[in-house]
Amino acid sequence: MTTKNSAEGVLIKGANLLGTDVSDVLVLDGVIAAIGPDAARDAGSDCETVDAYGLVALPGLVDLHTHLREPGREDAETVASGSAAAAVGGFTAVHAMANTDPVADTAGVVEQVWHLGRRAGLCDVHPVGAVTLGLGGSELAELGAMAESAARVRVFSDDGRCVSDAVLMRRALEYVKALDGVVAQHAQEPRLTENAQMNEGSVSAVLGLRGWPAVAEESIIARDVLLAGHVGSRLHVCHVSTAGSVEILRWAKGRGVDVTAEVTPHHLFLTDEHVRTYDPRFKVNPPLRTQEDVDAVRLGLADGTIDAIATDHAPHSLEDKDCEWAAAAMGMVGLETAVGVAAAAMVDTGLLDWAGMADRMSVRPARIGRLAGQGRPLAVGEPANLVLVDPETRYSVDPQSMESRSRNTPYAGVELTARPVATYLRGRLTASEGSAQR
Amino acid sequence: MTRHLLSAADLSLDDATLILDTADELARVSDRPVKKLPTLRGRTVVNLFFEDSTRTRISFEAAAKRLSADVINFSAKGSSVSKGESLKDTALTLEAMGADAVVIRHPASGAPHTLAHSGWIGGSIVNAGDGTHEHPTQALLDAFTMRRHLSTIAGRKVVIVGDVLHSRVARSNVLLLATLGADVTLVAPPTLLPVGVDQWPCTHSYDLDASLVGADVVMMLRVQRERMNAAFFPSVREYSRRYGLDADRMSRLPEHAIVMHPGPMNRGLEITAAVADSDRAVIIEQVTNGVSVRMAVLYLLLGGSDSALGGDL
Repeated sequence: MTTKNSAEGVLIKGANLLGTDVSDVLVLDGVIAAIGPDAARDAGSDCETVDAYGLVALPGLVDLHTHLREPGREDAETVASGSAAAAVGGFTAVHAMANTDPVADTAGVVEQVWHLGRRAGLCDVHPVGAVTLGLGGSELAELGAMAESAARVRVFSDDGRCVSDAVLMRRALEYVKALDGVVAQHAQEPRLTENAQMNEGSVSAVLGLRGWPAVAEESIIARDVLLAGHVGSRLHVCHVSTAGSVEILRWAKGRGVDVTAEVTPHHLFLTDEHVRTYDPRFKVNPPLRTQEDVDAVRLGLADGTIDAIATDHAPHSLEDKDCEWAAAAMGMVGLETAVGVAAAAMVDTGLLDWAGMADRMSVRPARIGRLAGQGRPLAVGEPANLVLVDPETRYSVDPQSMESRSRNTPYAGVELTARPVATYLRGRLTASEGSAQR
Repeated sequence: MTRHLLSAADLSLDDATLILDTADELARVSDRPVKKLPTLRGRTVVNLFFEDSTRTRISFEAAAKRLSADVINFSAKGSSVSKGESLKDTALTLEAMGADAVVIRHPASGAPHTLAHSGWIGGSIVNAGDGTHEHPTQALLDAFTMRRHLSTIAGRKVVIVGDVLHSRVARSNVLLLATLGADVTLVAPPTLLPVGVDQWPCTHSYDLDASLVGADVVMMLRVQRERMNAAFFPSVREYSRRYGLDADRMSRLPEHAIVMHPGPMNRGLEITAAVADSDRAVIIEQVTNGVSVRMAVLYLLLGGSDSALGGDL
């Protein structure tokens, strides 16, 4: 399939909409102009035609959790290179985490990131604002100023660090109510995880690596859902990784707490058994857990206890990964492999169909981030944010062909079957066959 | 034999037995007036130490020199893990110099594994202690010492006491002794046993006195100073009372039982001077045996397949 950008619109022929309904889609002026038999009829003679038979059409994907590293670590990623990686991965919107240098804790920094995203033009970049000044965990950042800035921040997070102080967390949860915002918590009890290197369990016991116990995540989630319930606030939990966390979330949702949660593709797919290689590409925070945890987060995502798949795309320079385990940085790139890995975990196993994937990778994350033009139905009049996914190609992940500036993927050489082949942002082709269309 | 010695788990029963038998042969060299064999002449062994350990380094140095290898001591202390690139650069440097074997001591668990699998270096890697992971040659010298005193290891009851959580010696001993068929019991306060220890090929207990009944070997582990202020146990005195080996406890051991310690000891903490200096203690012998065992490891890793002494005896 080859595609290009055309001023006269695009007629996407024979795409399987949400995997349920084969139809033509006409995109004109950035919106979905027609669906079904009307599409071909309304297409002008200069309209480009795309053969999408056998491809699944989904609303453009929305990532709640992306590290774009700019400003500060442009050697690992920039807003532009990260946007390109996002487009290749099928994303039309990403949330850029606040742990940059300087930290995104002022209107100035979030506007800078927002402008860089606009300039790159490959996906909508929505900066996340820091909850506390400098991610220091002691004073609230100016959340209102970031919300009112051009970047219109709605998601606030100290991600990378936990807002561990209970009083500060309570205040942040309360304060963002006035902004229609949400606090996205990186749930990690700091004292229980000092110098932690991997999941604490039978594998860490053998490898002699300092353990990161599940309870350090679960105890914070338990506290936070109780706090959110108490003050009537909206809470989002980042990168849920343990079976116990899923149980706590299920309980909280059952009680009516306004909590949402995300899981990463890698926590749906990989276990701490991989750490036996001491290969730092498997070093990530929260750490890879056990098969039991993987099974539980998959089921939690399938039944809606976990709302969204979020990549936690964390680019790191080669220097930060080409070393012994303890010295290596935590994190893995994930934008370009998210669909393939998530489909292997959820679709190939029968836990979600493609409509379910659209819900977890687009509809719900857009709602959590309060993004008006994203995660919309595939319907006439809606913004043409679309991704075409080939659900049955077989390919091996090649880090060298990635758009990201970093290569720290744990999937090099792994065979996947689902792959985004074309991404449209408001009708404009932003990626085709693994290459960003700048 | 494998090309590297990274973990005691790398050794099959045959491998381990071959190393111990070879060490037995090589030990005889130490009784000669000229303690030297030509076996590794022209080969280069690098002792790459990122952590202070004079004892282990000189033991490897003596072992390599008795086999006539050229020995280079590379002390990279101060190259902390925060400067991780230094491991790679150091490895590339050693590769450029043509090291046949690299004996590495490193504060990061898995560093020898990384070195062996990184492609940075082509020689054999010997783990001389990595973080809180393993110290396989210590386990081999311990097994060698046990075998000399008890003749067999299979079926023997070995009690390992102390800070198992942070002990590379304990991890390697559990793995090797399981391969050799011993019955291992770990004894420690619950705070100093790792989560997941129940899946190790051994049993564990919190009660030293009960565990000493019928023991053939008691191995005391060193308690590091930094554990003392981190709530692993209330006080040094309480630790000593509950988990220290004193003359009274030693007197309840079977007649033939031996007392071991990987050193350096905290006399008066995990072991009293009376025990350490008693004839039950084989601690100094462990040091002597360390040289023979490390000779055997270097010899076998660097390609020796015939009898280590050839027709020389």
